[in-house]
Amino acid sequence: MGPEILRDISFHIPKKSFQFLTGPSGAGKTTLLRLLFMALQPTRGLITVFGKDRSLITQRELPLIRRKIGVVFQDFRLLDHMTTYENVALPLRVRGREEANYRSDVVELLKWVGLGERIHVLPPVLSGGEKQRAAIARSLIEQPQILLADEPTGNVDPPLARRLLRLFIELNRAGTAVVIATHDLNLMDQVDARRMVLANGRLDVHD
Amino acid sequence: MSTIESTLTRLKQARQQHTRRRQAPIVPAQNIAGQALVIVIAIMTFLSCLTLGAVTLVRDSANVWQTQIAREATIQIRPDEGVDMEAALAGAAGVAERFDGVSEISIVDREATARLLEPWLGSGLDIDELPVPRLVIVTIDESAPPDFAAMREALAAEVPSASLDDHRNWVDRLVSMARTTVTIGLGILVLMLSATVLTVVFATRGAMSGNGHIIEVLHFVGAEARFIAREFRRHFLLTGIKGAAAGGLAAIVVFILFGWWSSRNMATPEAAQATALFGNFAIGASGYAGVVLIVGLISALTAATSHFTVVMHIDKIDIGGADHG
Repeated sequence: MGPEILRDISFHIPKKSFQFLTGPSGAGKTTLLRLLFMALQPTRGLITVFGKDRSLITQRELPLIRRKIGVVFQDFRLLDHMTTYENVALPLRVRGREEANYRSDVVELLKWVGLGERIHVLPPVLSGGEKQRAAIARSLIEQPQILLADEPTGNVDPPLARRLLRLFIELNRAGTAVVIATHDLNLMDQVDARRMVLANGRLDVHD
Repeated sequence: MSTIESTLTRLKQARQQHTRRRQAPIVPAQNIAGQALVIVIAIMTFLSCLTLGAVTLVRDSANVWQTQIAREATIQIRPDEGVDMEAALAGAAGVAERFDGVSEISIVDREATARLLEPWLGSGLDIDELPVPRLVIVTIDESAPPDFAAMREALAAEVPSASLDDHRNWVDRLVSMARTTVTIGLGILVLMLSATVLTVVFATRGAMSGNGHIIEVLHFVGAEARFIAREFRRHFLLTGIKGAAAGGLAAIVVFILFGWWSSRNMATPEAAQATALFGNFAIGASGYAGVVLIVGLISALTAATSHFTVVMHIDKIDIGGADHG
């Protein structure tokens, strides 16, 4: 068993809420997001996801619950053999949707995040910022009930960071709860939102 | 709308249609590890099929040895004092003729007996000068052989200088030798197939290891385990079929070439020796069916290995063991 990264943490993410998860590098932000995304199991303690005890969720139920959660990974996790369009459409494709039914939605979303000209480009050709926007678009395509974004503006310049933030705010207005893990103070200062501060394995919530 | 504009619109529509039809596969096409897997599968299938062919050849040859020897029996007349050899030969042939299951009787005449002895006694032999035993060859109906014990008793009563050799000792020895040879061959085949199974399993897992991030991404965007497993299974089944079919085809080409070569060189002494031992290098329908079976088994094995690797990887992610950021 490795070192204890998080302890005595208790919080609730309400529906349609907007919050930043912040703290110094190595504080455990990514670990906390992974716990929320059910990609990690806590060594002890209780996590309830959409009203269900995480430890009681079966492997068969996991993908169905994950479909309600959008995730933006710090390292983007785009598939290099698929175009930007195919990467963004992937969550719909794995649900068995017909391409004809979602094609225009995907193209529209790509245009909205500024990738309208990069639809047929493979990820290795994209810049860091473009990859980040493609990863964000993929997490939004199914209008999840909650969005977990790990440093979503870490690779973009300040104007684009502001634009992406507006995107998250609009998504939140549409009913999605948003958790943005970041240590970018300028970004957080732009929105009056709840701040969850992680330090030394403990969490302080500032409403 | 101008002609150029309408052409551009059509081109754009055609491009969109093209994109709709041809989405990238979920599992990427062959990378270097995938190509190496095809080659490994092809080589192992080829070697397995050759081993199977060799075992089939040995088994068929062993059957031929047994049946050819068992098809004949010999009555030997000893040149005792006062025995009229020709009368004894005719008497022995007459006794044998009475039994059911005897399809043909031929007395080895003086000239043929002299030719048989020529390598030891030289040419120009007068057979009457020497007390040489003579033979009656009895050809047997293999499906309903005669009662050798009764024939032996009848010969003892009517032609005392005759003795019957039904080649039982030879047949028994050949049967045990043939069985040993086939058992050794089957042992080698089992070893070869085991080596093939292990090699294919590890090579498939090796090729799969580069796809871990794809499994994770699919899993995290909400793909069900069976969807991911099905995509990988399909991909690796095709890889397996490609490699195994190439190996199996190469083995069949080798069998055909050997058969062709042996039939072309049938007249030479070396080929006659080889034919005596191995028949005519024809592996027969069961051999080809075996090749098809091996190809199918190896393809299925590749697909099954990828399936279980995906399932294990997903299990590892779900218990939080995988390193994913």
